[in-house]
Amino acid sequence: MNALIPLVVLTPLVGAALTLILGKRPQAQRFISIAALVVVLALGAVLITVVDAEGSLAMEVGGWAAPFGIVLVVDRLSALMVVVSAIVLLAVLVFSLGQGLADGDNETPVSIYYPTYLILAAGVFNAFIAGDLFNLYVGFEILLVASYVLITLGGTQERIRAGTTYVVVSLVSSFFFLAAIAMIYGAVGTVNIAQISLRMAQIPLDVQVVLHVMLLVAFGIKAAIFPLSFWLPDSYPTAPAPVTAVFAGLLTKVGVYAIIRTETIIFPGPELNRVLMVVALLTMVIGALGAVAQADIKRLLSFTLVSHIGYMILGISLGTAAGTAAAIYYIVHHIIVQTTLFLGAGLIERIGGTTSITKLGGLLKVAPLVAVMFLIPALNLGGIPPFSGFIGKLALFEATAQQGTPLGYVLIAAGALVSLLTLYSLARVWNMAFWRPARDVQGYESPLLDNVSEAPGTTKVRATRRAPTLMVVATGVMVLVSLALTVFAGPLYGYSDRAGQNLQGPRTYVGIVFPEGNDD
Amino acid sequence: MSVALVPIVVMAVLYACGIYLMLERSITRVLLGFLLVGNATNLLLLIMAGKAGVAPIVGGGTPAEDMTDPLPQALILTAIVITFGVSAFLLALIYRSWRLAQGDNLQDDEDDIALRTTLGVPGENSTDPASDSDFGGDDITGVRTIDEAEEQAAADAKAQATTSADRGDA
Repeated sequence: MNALIPLVVLTPLVGAALTLILGKRPQAQRFISIAALVVVLALGAVLITVVDAEGSLAMEVGGWAAPFGIVLVVDRLSALMVVVSAIVLLAVLVFSLGQGLADGDNETPVSIYYPTYLILAAGVFNAFIAGDLFNLYVGFEILLVASYVLITLGGTQERIRAGTTYVVVSLVSSFFFLAAIAMIYGAVGTVNIAQISLRMAQIPLDVQVVLHVMLLVAFGIKAAIFPLSFWLPDSYPTAPAPVTAVFAGLLTKVGVYAIIRTETIIFPGPELNRVLMVVALLTMVIGALGAVAQADIKRLLSFTLVSHIGYMILGISLGTAAGTAAAIYYIVHHIIVQTTLFLGAGLIERIGGTTSITKLGGLLKVAPLVAVMFLIPALNLGGIPPFSGFIGKLALFEATAQQGTPLGYVLIAAGALVSLLTLYSLARVWNMAFWRPARDVQGYESPLLDNVSEAPGTTKVRATRRAPTLMVVATGVMVLVSLALTVFAGPLYGYSDRAGQNLQGPRTYVGIVFPEGNDD
Repeated sequence: MSVALVPIVVMAVLYACGIYLMLERSITRVLLGFLLVGNATNLLLLIMAGKAGVAPIVGGGTPAEDMTDPLPQALILTAIVITFGVSAFLLALIYRSWRLAQGDNLQDDEDDIALRTTLGVPGENSTDPASDSDFGGDDITGVRTIDEAEEQAAADAKAQATTSADRGDA
């Protein structure tokens, strides 16, 4: 069973190589890309079943024993993340395929799109199964370099400007991470995560805090946590719709995943939990306030993305199994729902020719199906029962209330307020773009639109009045998956709970890597 | 762990210069800063290897404490390769940005400009003649005006579209 683990990374990498060779045959490229991601999804499904039934897996690459060689670890959290990201990557690939076919591939250079996309997938999967801090860094770099190419795809002026911000910010975070690895190696003499966690307890507390903060800053930039989130709403919206969707769904969550590992395994102590709680509070509130002020749907969604990262950080900052479990469920919910919303925004852009809510109108008549497919994830993200957003937020608030600290209750209140603000901004989008009759758009006046700011730069998209079938189908499938999170909430939450238990203290994780208990 | 002072001083200087350059407006200088910071980080990894020693070859009769720690060197190699790839990408980005905007200075975000206007705050003028761009607007370097550059970019885009249309979709 262990042999399956590296295949999760190898399959998309081989697929990327093949698609690069077959650059002149788009049909073959499409087939290979979809096949590679379907294989990973199947592998992920096998892994998640095996890991849940028989316990976590660790694979020593090249047969070198644990502290010396590279270890790939699949526990419940990793397996879940691999499956969810494979679903998202596959759906977005189908969506972009539909868009590419409809555009005749004029807008995007098709020959490099598929290889880059698969390399991004390989990087994401590698980060999720890395049992080694340096391998995690390599996973990050793989996905970042692929994302640099994807975010500047086509090389228009607007994308180059936004892409430069994104690239430079990511470079800084990578250097923070690499310097942190160097200093952790200097302190404990290893880069194996399990071994670091064993040895870190013997390091003086002040040194621990320095290393901890460095890792958190590096991951915080990637996860877009409040003081480090300024780059995200600026750079994501300019990329092509499917690229933004996959970035929003996955890339920030890789950062959150790394923070979970840092908080539960490398530094399980409670030193920075209060700081994280305050940061979570600020991330939620400031992100939501940003969303309220936006007229452009993609920018608005980017701000809600930042704000909802705050919920996950809240779950992690509690330092309890219940909090971690709630954060894991919330991550799954948010990956699916945020991607669906961005795909919905892509459809709106396609049908209406713009993503500004001051210019859109009457789409309910033109595309009733798209209206439903945008409304469901919008209500979901806003936390309306019975959708998964409600379940996730309820679980987070319960876990916070269990601790009973005053700061916790402030966070619960803020969380409820932020979900209302999210609902407000998304309901406004739906009202303006779908419900408002098209003839009212000219000279429309409403206090709702008084203080919204338009997106800088205008993206010109040909309005087709009808979205290509493949794009609608891909979005529809994502909506169904998001509904499945509610229907199967029992088993899924049970699984998240077990994953949270696994992460209660580093002992379980260390036991996976060193089954015999010898660490040196 | 004992370490030599010289690498630490060199690392500090590299970091300082690199960070200074990365804060500049010109992307070319950001790239140079990126390279310096990259090397500083590699040096940090090397410093963390501890005392220098002989090559770590097992069976040569050398006691383990005289050997150099080989792992940081392996990590540095990987980091160098990554830095190399990213700088190639950055160079392409700079070239593209230069083609589009005639300079390599970062463009102001239009949101920032709008905010600045409402608040009445004077901003940095990126077209200032005393600006620190490495691409001056003189005739010798053959820099075209923005309109020309845009025309050229449009022609490029057209050519690209034709190519991809030629390539066919079937």
